[in-house]
Amino acid sequence: MTLEYAPAPESRDVVRIEGSYGLFIGGEFVPPLSGGSLRTVNPATEETLAEVSAAGPDDVARAVAAARAAYEGPWGRMRGGERAKFLFRIARLLQERSRELAVLESLDNGKPIRESRDVDVPLAAAHFFYHAGWADKLEHAGFGPSPRPLGVAAQVIPWNFPLLMAAWKLAPALAAGNTCVLKPAETTPLTALLLAEVCQQADLPPGVVNILTGAGDTGAALVSHPGVDKVAFTGSTDVGKEIQRAVSGSGKRLSLELGGKAANIVFEDAPIDQAVEGIVDGIFFNQGHVCCAGSRLLAQESIVDPLVERLRRRLATLRLGDPLDKNTDIGAINSRVQLDKIRHLADSGDEEGAVRWSPPVTLPERGYWFPPTVFTNVSQSHRIAREEIFGPVLTVLSFRTPAEAVAKANNTPYGLSAGIWTEKGSRILWMAEQLEAGVVWANTYNRFDPASPFGGYQESGFGREGGRHGLAAYLDV
Amino acid sequence: MPPQPLGTARAARAFFGDLATSDTALRQLLHGLPGVDQAGAEARAAFLATRSVKKDSKLFALELAIAMIDLTTLEGADTPGKVAALCAKALRPDPADGDVPHVAAVCLYPDLVAVARREIGDKGVAVAAVATAFPSGRATLSVKLADVRQALDAGADEIDMVIDRGAFLSGCYGQVYEEVRAVREACGEAVLKVILETGELATLDNVARAAWLAMLGGADFIKTSTGKVSPASTAPVALVMLSAVRDFADATGRRVGVKVAGGIRTAKDAIRYLVLAYETAGEEWLHPSAFRIGASSLLNDLLMQRAKQLSGAYQGPDYFTVD
Repeated sequence: MTLEYAPAPESRDVVRIEGSYGLFIGGEFVPPLSGGSLRTVNPATEETLAEVSAAGPDDVARAVAAARAAYEGPWGRMRGGERAKFLFRIARLLQERSRELAVLESLDNGKPIRESRDVDVPLAAAHFFYHAGWADKLEHAGFGPSPRPLGVAAQVIPWNFPLLMAAWKLAPALAAGNTCVLKPAETTPLTALLLAEVCQQADLPPGVVNILTGAGDTGAALVSHPGVDKVAFTGSTDVGKEIQRAVSGSGKRLSLELGGKAANIVFEDAPIDQAVEGIVDGIFFNQGHVCCAGSRLLAQESIVDPLVERLRRRLATLRLGDPLDKNTDIGAINSRVQLDKIRHLADSGDEEGAVRWSPPVTLPERGYWFPPTVFTNVSQSHRIAREEIFGPVLTVLSFRTPAEAVAKANNTPYGLSAGIWTEKGSRILWMAEQLEAGVVWANTYNRFDPASPFGGYQESGFGREGGRHGLAAYLDV
Repeated sequence: MPPQPLGTARAARAFFGDLATSDTALRQLLHGLPGVDQAGAEARAAFLATRSVKKDSKLFALELAIAMIDLTTLEGADTPGKVAALCAKALRPDPADGDVPHVAAVCLYPDLVAVARREIGDKGVAVAAVATAFPSGRATLSVKLADVRQALDAGADEIDMVIDRGAFLSGCYGQVYEEVRAVREACGEAVLKVILETGELATLDNVARAAWLAMLGGADFIKTSTGKVSPASTAPVALVMLSAVRDFADATGRRVGVKVAGGIRTAKDAIRYLVLAYETAGEEWLHPSAFRIGASSLLNDLLMQRAKQLSGAYQGPDYFTVD
């Protein structure tokens, strides 16, 4: 016998899931005017979790009107210090209900409970705490003596960090004095709806936060509604481009946080065990459904083979399976659509001559699963080295000199993030200066903090979220 | 082919070949090891502490931890009576349950080895002696070797030596290496555990270097601490030492064990160390021949948790013997 961990599942009874959900407009849950609905499933089992409403154009108009009324009413007139109280209250409620939120997130998204419990939910609360502190200090944020809010913000968020992305969007917008209409992703609406309940519990004035569930057409109707002053989107670069076209000439302010194809650069003098951990965190955290994932490993040629050997040994210890098990490292792929996309791109890697490797894992029979995968023998010109896979797939490339590492890292239409692994401090600074990426991590990866701005270059988008810089996206500066 | 870890190929050559033992040569070797990033190592250790070990796995882990204990008493007030009681406890930890395995060893000062040897005989529990001017290591080599020989003559199976931390920190790697070599020779067939006293080494880079130095010198186990210095064993230190023994085995084919000691009092702590060993060095280290826990009060908590695991209810502390 060995120390094979027995199943340690988190109880799903801690959270109550309704059979069906309305839209959250004007502080209450209401049935949709257009009457559409969609099902959300547990990607680990394919069981239906709930039916949610699909908001139509009339619902969008109603939600925008509710947000406008709140902006021109209580919220717009409220002093910053009072707004802060609501944000603090929401932050504390997120902490109090953290177990519910974590379980619900893992059920709806497929991510391991360890990640929703230790990363998503605490960071979501931290964003509300952080921005609560700004609400009464905006005139000291460096944007002039009295920066004004923009008005009604339309916010469309992705499925990879459903609750956390909602917090990233709502907290700065509310702190700055805007009101919001938020559309969660089609496949992961449930934690946003629980967040709506939290807003009710916090006595947030009706209409300050409105949540419209639905698919792409709901999002399209929302961002192009004329009553919207600001559009914020996180998601794919293709949809981001469509949104940019839709809002051009409308006078709406826009911030986009789009895709990435980040380089995680490992030099021969790197702290090697920690670099291996950083590579694992970089690409296998959240099944690789991370826009800033370190999906391209750039390893110095002198160490590429031993590094990959170490990485393989480490990957053999990853535990794939039930997302609610506390020992699970790799959960389910969020949807059938995403699984097909990952498979398609991985197959293109085989066809183009790269060598695929996965540790021995048994994939569950039901649900959407993809094993942790490493491609070696990859060239810069391969599709898997250029296109965002958004899954647990790492491509390994090598370089000879620091200049070549920079050239290869920057040779992408994206520019969201990068990682540098070396014990040489001066090289970290030199590299960070050369890399065209919004976030550069040194000897770590995928670390987030509400005080630290996050955002991209080029086709990874524009505008920042978090920190003082993030406030600018929601203020008339 | 087993993976060839970075920086160890040269070390392996040096190990098998004629190792130049000058401070300069050893410095090049030890400072050529991959660095350890403190924040990253701490994060990894903290992550592994979140593993949830339940049900059958827990029972397995509790019994394994009992079998890995070096049951220790290292007090100025130790007496033959105290040692005799310790030995009885080591041989039969739970008088009410014969299924409980005996511990790996008892660990004491050299002058009490004869008492322990008499009590234990050849019943399978090893007698370990701390030697080489434990805990400070501040004595001449001849005194240290005499200390070792006396312990062995009195019947010790295992020697827990300390390295000279002053020499290590001042860069006199050759001196540390020679001392380990000399004690290794004096030990003959006896098991040699080399205490790094990581609480005095200050950095994780130093922990990795001291670990390699001890392994190159012939250690059978590398051990974290004497228990007389704070901090004693910590999870990041154990992580670095477990990585070192894994890399050393890859480079040389020789499996060196790890002993964690000092401040480990609860079953929860012990299980966390087992998880560290399992996920860092691998399954082959989950055996008393490759992993030890130096402790005293830990044993009763393991027994108590084991009884709880079997019966479903906690029993009061009075159902377990104090020593």
